[in-house]
Amino acid sequence: MNKITSLSDLKQLREDIQSKIKLRERSDFSDVLVQIKVGMATCGIASGAKETMNVLIEEAERQAIDVVVTQTGCMGFCYAEPTVEVTIPGRDPIVFGHVDKAKAREIIEKYLIQGKLVDGIIPVEFKTIHD
Amino acid sequence: MSDYSTHVLVCGGTGCKASEGEEIRNRFNALIREYSLDDEVQVVTTGCFGFCEMGPIVKLLPDKTFYVRVSASDVDEIIREHIVKGRPVERLLYRDPVTGSIVRDSHKMDFYKKQVRVALRNCGFIDPENVEEYIARDGYQALAKCLSEMTPAEVVNEIKKSGLRGRGGGGFPTGLKWEITAKVPGDVKYAVCNADEGDPGAFMDRSILEGDPHSVIEAMAINGYCTGASNGLVYIRAEYPLAITRLKIAIDQARELGLLGKNILGTGFDFDIELRYGAGAFVCGEETALIHSMEGCRGEPTFKPPFPSEEGFLGKPTNVNNVETYANIPVIINKGAEWFASIGTEKSKGTKVFALAGKINNVGLIEVPMGTTLREVIYDIGGGIRGGKKFKAVQTGGPSGGMLTADFLDIPIDYDNLIAAGSMMGSGGMIVMDEDD
Repeated sequence: MNKITSLSDLKQLREDIQSKIKLRERSDFSDVLVQIKVGMATCGIASGAKETMNVLIEEAERQAIDVVVTQTGCMGFCYAEPTVEVTIPGRDPIVFGHVDKAKAREIIEKYLIQGKLVDGIIPVEFKTIHD
Repeated sequence: MSDYSTHVLVCGGTGCKASEGEEIRNRFNALIREYSLDDEVQVVTTGCFGFCEMGPIVKLLPDKTFYVRVSASDVDEIIREHIVKGRPVERLLYRDPVTGSIVRDSHKMDFYKKQVRVALRNCGFIDPENVEEYIARDGYQALAKCLSEMTPAEVVNEIKKSGLRGRGGGGFPTGLKWEITAKVPGDVKYAVCNADEGDPGAFMDRSILEGDPHSVIEAMAINGYCTGASNGLVYIRAEYPLAITRLKIAIDQARELGLLGKNILGTGFDFDIELRYGAGAFVCGEETALIHSMEGCRGEPTFKPPFPSEEGFLGKPTNVNNVETYANIPVIINKGAEWFASIGTEKSKGTKVFALAGKINNVGLIEVPMGTTLREVIYDIGGGIRGGKKFKAVQTGGPSGGMLTADFLDIPIDYDNLIAAGSMMGSGGMIVMDEDD
């Protein structure tokens, strides 16, 4: 490692390495952040959920919006994989189906940034035994 | 993609390490290679999470999953089920002892709900052996701010305004101590860190040094800047091997980055730190005895005055602060004295770390705002008395302190209240006794 020789050096270094723990900082307090869950059961993975998840992470990073992207199990919509659930704090979660890479970008751009809904919403009106 | 998508935080405090912590980490690393998850999953050994009763602890982020009492043989299932398939391993999740329901997110556990982590801000969150993680959490920003934007007197004022008092036991106003040391003339002065933690059941300072050693190093350098000291000394017990190792690693890293040594951050300020080992004599936690011990003399207290601030190590002006006191300093500089003073009671500001031990359900390390009641600490955070027995007393303040019985459960904890109750704050060891003791 190079020596840090000034305050601006230190600030630069902090900027450079902050991304290493950003995921930890954001997610530990994720109640106030947008949460995106990607269905990553076998069917999801087979339909490209991993690529979808990567695009979501990269795109959020590029657009500099604070989101927490996590994987989850099968949501049951196997006909519409990959499925992605997006929760904006204070609003009901919305599940999108058939989320390929292009759709993932569209969700970030339209739903998260512009606040418009996009096609492909799976109506979720079921209740679980916990409700 | 530059970042990992999952961080696995494995507790590397002495307690969890003693119960398989290292094997757990090694197993994670081996399996991550086996499953080719190297680019996606990062395993981080952190300092103490505090919930020692439930150790070893493994926390997964961003999934906010807090696994308790994990053993090395559980790691396969965590990888296979949770990391690969996204299904948390239910049997390793924490169950609320009252409701019996699963609590996955540690912030929602009673043990953590009432805690405010200032001195422990990085414990259980960063890798203490990686200076970059400390810097990413605003580490050394406070030192840089002091050196390049503030005069020593301004820094001392900020500490005074914060209301911070010594966390080692006595509760002397820290800013005032710094001011006195700064005002005594002298070319050679010393900044000393008292890591001779000796109160029964106490492990606050050890955990801070094990979990966030850079915070103490940074604060000592800030103290040196204020008083004019260019030498720092940490007096630490030889029976704290892990804390010593991590502190040494941290000092080396700080030197390598030029955050210790000559001409720090190009400001012309010189400061470096050495370690001095104690043999574990309780009395050496008293500052004059500590200084004598460091000088190679018999570790006995001497009358004050002269105070160490005037005549300390080798007869030179010396500022002695405890580990936890130092750990608060960078946060006060970064967030401001007003922020710090907004936490706590009228005369005791900020938070206090306590080590809960004895007949209490949740043995562990906690940090609460001053003014929290003993009842909240023992019943809400500590989960009450073991085996549903009756509370008899809690010992606080170590040998100089006293026993507090059930009559005192509702007093807000601060320096003055504990003294009025006949005990004292001490360094933060709390030993709980039940009706059978």
